[in-house]
Amino acid sequence: MSPVLKLIAQRISLGILLIFAVSILIFAGTQILPGDVAESILGQSATPENLANLRAELGLNEPALSRYFSWLGGIMVGDLGTALTSGTSISDAIGARLGNTLFLAAVAAMISVPIAILLGLLAVRYKDRWPDKVISATTLASISLPEFFIGYLLILVFGVKLGWFPTVATVFPEMSLGARLNAVMLPALTLTLVVLAHMMRMTRAAILNVMQSAYIETAELKGMTSFKIIWKHALPNAISPVVNVVMLNLAYLIVGVVVVEVIFVYPGMGQYLVDHVAKRDVPVVQACGLVFAAIFIGLNLLADIISILSNPRLRHPK
Amino acid sequence: MATDQTEKDFLDIRDLKIGVTVREPGEPPRDITIVHGVSTTLEKGKVLGLIGESGAGKSTIGLSSLAYGRGGVEITGGEVFINGRDILKLSRGELNNLRGREVCYVSQSAAAGFNPAHRLIDQVIEASLEHGLMTKAEAEDRARYLFEALSLPDPDTIGERYPHQVSGGQLQRVMTAMALCPKPDLIVFDEPTTALDVTTQIDVLAAIKNAIDVTGVAALYITHDLAVVAQVADEIMVLRNGEMVEHGPTSQIIEAPQEDYTRALVSVRSIVHPEQAPTDTPLISMENIVAGYGNLVTVLDDVSVDLHPGQTLAVVGESGSGKSTLARVLTGLLPARSGQITYEGRTLTNAQKDRPLEDLRQIQMIYQMADTAMNPRQTIGTIIGRPIEFYFGIKGAELKKRIGEMLEKIELPAEMASRYPAELSGGQKQRVCIARALAAEPKVIICDEVTSALDPLVADGILKLLLDLQKRENVAYMFITHDLATVKAIADSIAVMHLGKLARYGTKEMVLSPPFDDYTDLLLSSVPEMKLGWLENVIATRKMESAGN
Amino acid sequence: MDLKTIPISAWLGIISASLFAFAAIFAPLLAPYGMSDIVGDVWEPMSSEHLLGTDNLGRDLLSRMIYGARTTLAIAALATIVSFTLGSFLGMAAAVIGGWSDQLLSRGVDLLMSIPTLIFALVVLSVMPANILTLILVMGILDATRVFRLSRAVAVDVNVMDFVEAAKLRGEGRVWIITREILPNALSTLVAELGLRFIFMVLFLSALSFLGLGIQPPEADWGGMVKENKDGIIFGIPAALIPAGAIALLAISVNLIADWILNRTTDLKGGRGGN
Repeated sequence: MSPVLKLIAQRISLGILLIFAVSILIFAGTQILPGDVAESILGQSATPENLANLRAELGLNEPALSRYFSWLGGIMVGDLGTALTSGTSISDAIGARLGNTLFLAAVAAMISVPIAILLGLLAVRYKDRWPDKVISATTLASISLPEFFIGYLLILVFGVKLGWFPTVATVFPEMSLGARLNAVMLPALTLTLVVLAHMMRMTRAAILNVMQSAYIETAELKGMTSFKIIWKHALPNAISPVVNVVMLNLAYLIVGVVVVEVIFVYPGMGQYLVDHVAKRDVPVVQACGLVFAAIFIGLNLLADIISILSNPRLRHPK
Repeated sequence: MATDQTEKDFLDIRDLKIGVTVREPGEPPRDITIVHGVSTTLEKGKVLGLIGESGAGKSTIGLSSLAYGRGGVEITGGEVFINGRDILKLSRGELNNLRGREVCYVSQSAAAGFNPAHRLIDQVIEASLEHGLMTKAEAEDRARYLFEALSLPDPDTIGERYPHQVSGGQLQRVMTAMALCPKPDLIVFDEPTTALDVTTQIDVLAAIKNAIDVTGVAALYITHDLAVVAQVADEIMVLRNGEMVEHGPTSQIIEAPQEDYTRALVSVRSIVHPEQAPTDTPLISMENIVAGYGNLVTVLDDVSVDLHPGQTLAVVGESGSGKSTLARVLTGLLPARSGQITYEGRTLTNAQKDRPLEDLRQIQMIYQMADTAMNPRQTIGTIIGRPIEFYFGIKGAELKKRIGEMLEKIELPAEMASRYPAELSGGQKQRVCIARALAAEPKVIICDEVTSALDPLVADGILKLLLDLQKRENVAYMFITHDLATVKAIADSIAVMHLGKLARYGTKEMVLSPPFDDYTDLLLSSVPEMKLGWLENVIATRKMESAGN
Repeated sequence: MDLKTIPISAWLGIISASLFAFAAIFAPLLAPYGMSDIVGDVWEPMSSEHLLGTDNLGRDLLSRMIYGARTTLAIAALATIVSFTLGSFLGMAAAVIGGWSDQLLSRGVDLLMSIPTLIFALVVLSVMPANILTLILVMGILDATRVFRLSRAVAVDVNVMDFVEAAKLRGEGRVWIITREILPNALSTLVAELGLRFIFMVLFLSALSFLGLGIQPPEADWGGMVKENKDGIIFGIPAALIPAGAIALLAISVNLIADWILNRTTDLKGGRGGN
């Protein structure tokens, strides 16, 4: 097998292993703590009898290990269990909401990634001059802004005062793409503003790193034009670090969605998770936690694979 | 201005001044001048050697003939004429026409200078195509011709490889081919052999010299090594602190230098150290040492050497020879896999962490990079005083007095005790490291390439100090180095290492007298000598020998 | 240190962060009204009586902001202390001891970091009793992974320097090596990180409170106040933006200070500079 394929196979198996380890961690995290699910559900009204009944009903008297494996077995076949509070299938609920969340994240990514890369390039082009300074100053400010500050400010300005976009991002399955885009515009802008600065700063650093290489100087001393230097010499080497930056920020987007969904009352995974944490509905929380972690790990894995593929030392071994 | 220029001088540098803006973190930027008005001319087809220590401004001057300043360096005054026009006044577009067409550049590190993402051949012919000098096929033909002229293996196919697929010495030659490909008038060689091992250097040097002769290109050859430049240059300009010291034909500079500074450079390593005979009882015996990293890699294979009290054992070899590993085995940082170390007749524990404090005190170490060998957050006083306090429990006023005495021994003023390492010069830092080692009153000091990061004159001072201290304190040195000139100057016995094995070992006289084994012969004959025609002689001799075999 | 060398941006940061700290410490003396006293109508606009207006229940917003500063800053600071002590101690120990213990700790941290912090916090908070101690511990332990990574990386960098090897060769113990050789060279990086971690804690706590999983009412904290007043936004009442803006301002201030500390951090070779 070629070393590249071998390396990729290794990374993928490592990723799968990591997801398993995470599933154990999430399961254990909700088990080793004081009290149990039955106590959480009943809360103040718990009597010894109805506690015992509920425990038997939920299978809590089984040993933790066997409960873990039956949970894991269910996940393998796509069954995430049933929600304690509503008694409905978690898989169905997540299925509907995951699509919404990914849609929102995708819209935000489509706005933020091109802008971030463009501004990153601009900052490199005008390094240490005013565009770079303005960009880095706004970066500092924007990484300090909490999501809800940006979110409510956008609602107040564009939703309430100007009335351009709806203040609550309601979506339903029958909606047209245009209406849907209109509905998610404010949450997508909020997410964009949240990740933009960070992505831009990292892009700038990644490209600067390449531009400072000795082979760029070699190209300059060959009398090549700036455009050709960037196109032929910088770009092939900058792709991998920039892709890495984008992937890391996409991972953040999907997770950062939690708070934004609550701000805009958007029917996605984040809202679903937060609702059920408050209700202490452990099976839903476990399932959502695992899905979020799997997406996060998957995107990081993808970034790894892309950087392996774009490394000439690995593509052309000695 | 350009009219009074003679036809022959196609490069004419007049009163060149170069400055740089230094931006240190947390401090306002400040401008300093690094070249203070240097002038020179060069005829077509001649080679001018620019020589000087670090900070002499030689690379900066070299790059100015491409109108290029590296890392905030700016040409602040003067004129640089090439083929009759002042290139400092050219627009960016006109400059692009100069660079890679009339003037080309070969850098010190070809490994970094090539783009890892493209094949060598594409990078070699790039400038020729960019400037429309030849067709792709013509350029590739010329590249292959140059590969051959530079004695590269497989000249027809080597270009298909990627930079990481060829060795450092080959890459340096490919870079020379890249500079020669567009048939420029001038090539700037910026320390092209400095990063190479000495036995590789001679091949690259010979290849470069041959290529210059064959193509008739003019060159600026920048280096800190006078012996190297003497082999390729027609004229030499000696620079110091951004000013010209002396400029003349190579023979005059080497054989009849006019200035004190040049004389010092020519006569470097003038130290005379009478060789001492080995004693009957060695201080340290390393016997049949086998060592390596993990269980797979063996770096040292069956090495045995002795170290005699108050004497110097020089361990010499190229990178990868295992010489530094031998030092790590002696310190116990890398315990030997097998073999034993005897110290004053008793066996020394293999692993450093199991050795008693008294054993640790007896073996001290001095590092190559004095910069990183001292904690930047400790004062010189703390650095020198700590071993005294740690091993002998001396504190307070007595400790202060002892630190003062140590500073005196290394010829530094007592006020230095309150300074921080960053405030010292390179040579002073290495002196402090010597004092720290000496403060433990050891019987053995391991010197790991202690002079190779220093400029020749400073290095000379350090060696003199080390020999002086050896006489007074009766301390033995294990002197790890790749520099044979240093070895000749200070050793009592020599161990030549090659690929983890002992190639030759004995007293200095024995090791340096014929008959030689093949490797030692190669190594000794590869060290550049401060003689005109040395390179041609060596190459001719080698050709005759290989023909004779 | 020369006060004149501190840039204006850092001064702004220091002044504004000190004001917040001052408000937090002397809250009962500064607040014009009690924290949970209903003193007016719902969402009264700003007036001389209520400088920032009133909140969703008619409580004085300024007073709640001042008391909220106290809660938010105190909990964030405590969580930062937990995270920093735990993370930097384990990180440096892992770097210096190396081998097996380092592997175990580093892989454990990798695992914890493969779950996004907020998600993991939500999972744990779904079963833990909702109180301040739980919050501090959960936030502190989860964040300690970041501090661990950084301090380990810095310590590993310093640990391979020749001067550390020289100290080991001399026979110095681990305590000397960590406290005298490594720590002084890692300190400024860690101090700057301390600021960044504190901001992260403020944002983290506020996010949890905003989601209704952090500080529980009637206790005032900035994130919770955003939640209480968010319904006003749709009616054009900006009360929720005041606590949100305070969080942003505090975060920017601390960022400015951390940025300045990071910038004046010289690399190892530069040391203290020649003059």
